[in-house]
Amino acid sequence: MMIIKNKILVEDDWQVLRLNDQETPENVVVAAGKVIVPLKVWLAQRDGLKQRDDLGVWFASDERSEELKEDVRKFQIIAVDFPKFSDGRGYSIAFNLRARLGFTGELRAIGDVLRDQLFYMQRVGFDAFAPRPDRDIHDALKGFEDFSEVYQTSFDKKLPLFRRAQRKGKSSVEVVNG
Amino acid sequence: MYCYDEYDQKIIDERVAQYRDQVCRRLANELTETEFLPLRLQNGLYMQVHGYMLRIAVPYGLISSRQMRMFAHIARKYDRGYGHFTTRQNIQFNWLKLEETPDILADLASVQMHAIQTSGNCIRNITSDEFAGVAQDEVVDPRPYAEILRQWSTFHPEFAYLPRKFKIAISGGREDRAAILAHDIGISATKNAQGEIGFRILVGGGLGRTPIVGSEICEFLPWQHLLTYVESILRIYNQFGRRDNKYKARIKILVKALGIDEFRRLVEEDWADLKDGPGTLTAEEVDRVASFFIDPEYEKLPDHNSKLNEFKADNRNFSNWMSRNVIAHRVPGYAIVVLSLKKPGNAPGDATDAQMDAIADLADRYSFGEMRITHKQNIVFADVKQSNLIDLWQEITRQELASPNIGLLTDMISCPGAEFCTLANARSIPLAKLIAERFENIDFQHDIGEITLNISGCMNACGQNHIGNIGVTGVEKKNHEEWYQVSIGGAEGNDCAMGKILGPSLTFYQVPEAIDRILQVYLRERIDEGERFIDTVHRIGHKPFKDYVYATDFEEESVKNDRDDMSVMPAQYAVPFYSPRF
Ligand code: SF4
Repeated sequence: MMIIKNKILVEDDWQVLRLNDQETPENVVVAAGKVIVPLKVWLAQRDGLKQRDDLGVWFASDERSEELKEDVRKFQIIAVDFPKFSDGRGYSIAFNLRARLGFTGELRAIGDVLRDQLFYMQRVGFDAFAPRPDRDIHDALKGFEDFSEVYQTSFDKKLPLFRRAQRKGKSSVEVVNG
Repeated sequence: MYCYDEYDQKIIDERVAQYRDQVCRRLANELTETEFLPLRLQNGLYMQVHGYMLRIAVPYGLISSRQMRMFAHIARKYDRGYGHFTTRQNIQFNWLKLEETPDILADLASVQMHAIQTSGNCIRNITSDEFAGVAQDEVVDPRPYAEILRQWSTFHPEFAYLPRKFKIAISGGREDRAAILAHDIGISATKNAQGEIGFRILVGGGLGRTPIVGSEICEFLPWQHLLTYVESILRIYNQFGRRDNKYKARIKILVKALGIDEFRRLVEEDWADLKDGPGTLTAEEVDRVASFFIDPEYEKLPDHNSKLNEFKADNRNFSNWMSRNVIAHRVPGYAIVVLSLKKPGNAPGDATDAQMDAIADLADRYSFGEMRITHKQNIVFADVKQSNLIDLWQEITRQELASPNIGLLTDMISCPGAEFCTLANARSIPLAKLIAERFENIDFQHDIGEITLNISGCMNACGQNHIGNIGVTGVEKKNHEEWYQVSIGGAEGNDCAMGKILGPSLTFYQVPEAIDRILQVYLRERIDEGERFIDTVHRIGHKPFKDYVYATDFEEESVKNDRDDMSVMPAQYAVPFYSPRF
């Protein structure tokens, strides 16, 4: 499957494990190979899984980054699921994973991931994106270019515009009123 | 007022391009309506059956004559010749075509305006005191901080898809004129004993289905921390606010559920990481932004103008207008003037393109080319020389903007109601007109004195019915009859309070009669003319009002007669237009 990573298209072979109705975090069998498991599965089967170095973990939107605590360093990949693109909790989960818990691996947006949200997503710390498969992934790439400047800090910009740029006060802007 | 530098302009221009592309993709069906919906909402665009409504941001209500002329242009070119000023200090146009909206935004960008985040579940336009900078009771000028908050909240990446909309208001006077207690975050700019600037921060206020007065989360936040602290509040809300039920998704429900102490604990825990970090405001930035709000070049003038007094003595209309629509200015020789968009018979808050052009010209001549939109849907000229008041009054009288009713009964707030809004239970504007006609007599209104009357077409309370001294809310439509609840005792400002419902609901034609009865009780019970309506309600309670309103039947006969009166048009329920709440 193709995903976007660091703003380019790459082939990717991570599998995202989603539980079906019969499966529970306790009883599900995590297949061999590169699997991104739900946070709940990780927490339930931690003892059995902690030796594996080919696992990632994904957050549902109602879970909080703090639930992973120190384990965050174990993973080279963490994903955050957007059940609907209008569910904005994933942005704070990502920000907290990066800014608060210091996660430095790949942070991937999965689920209802669409072009018009990518600009914001990369700002809060996502560097990988699995856009919804029914959409043109090449088109999605354009979403990163919406804006060339931003006002506020987030994970991508450590300094707000007012600390980065020499901005003009009244005496030096061209006054256009009147 | 604030002027864009190249950064601001670039961001706005890029927004126009982004939005133009989104509209293209929507028209080409590359975006579904479901996907397009939140995108257009974040741009203030609501869908109607026959067209689109666009809400344009007027940041903290401040606008230049050039910008006002652009509104007139938009009204003429893209709309039906009028616009509607809202209780959040914005303007709305009702009859637009989707294809033309990118051009409108480009026109707006050419005068440093936009429609960013005027709806949708994001941080909305920051509102403030309409008398900021000129009020006599001002402690801190809130405008620089309002602008700083505007920039910070514009395209904030983390808070674009909140559980629900988010409204911030800031004021800096001793008297609160920005209804900060009724906002998701209310900010009062103030000074401590050492004279340092800081903010009292309130959280979780709001109207709607569950009206709640905001709670204090921070008593005094030094100014440097404004953005980081607000960021932490938003982050906690974004994570914990309810998303399963639209009616329970506002921050007020979260604050209530957790309790203010637990909510504060969560916020401060988050804030501990941000405090003193790079998001902290710098003195340079505050000074830079404040440089746009320094006083205009006031002349040294005497504070008294004998000509005014003579003219007042000879002219009843003028003296009424002086007493209601002209407010003391902190600089001698100047006055604050409120232009009334509440001429009885007109829809509250509406202005035609010709009026907007005229207002812009007058602002150039009499008030340094700037004006403010008020949360009561009027327009303020903040810096008028007292010696110009007579001329200005004559000019605005010709424009029908001089109704001497500011703060009086016919200075009503009304939401658009059933003729425009799909969510309405009942009509608002025709009811406002009916009430205005009944109480049009200006002497009667002056006798009643200060009172607020707020009308909403449904529980969503866009017309701020809860904080009206008298509040009217459309509750249902049954047997071809619209039913309204009437409440009394609501108030805004420092004594912000939610009104209490008086009794069983009333029909469209009974409401004006009920208001009449309420006023009769007031006139009977007040100690003297100095006791305002709201004071009397506080003193004697609801009961005397309730007893009198419901003591006798409402006359059926008059109801019938009124119903034949075609001056009040029937509601067009078949034509839902837009839903300002979403
Ligand atoms: S949603 Fe708002 S505008 Fe519409 S009827 Fe209700 S209160 Fe009025």
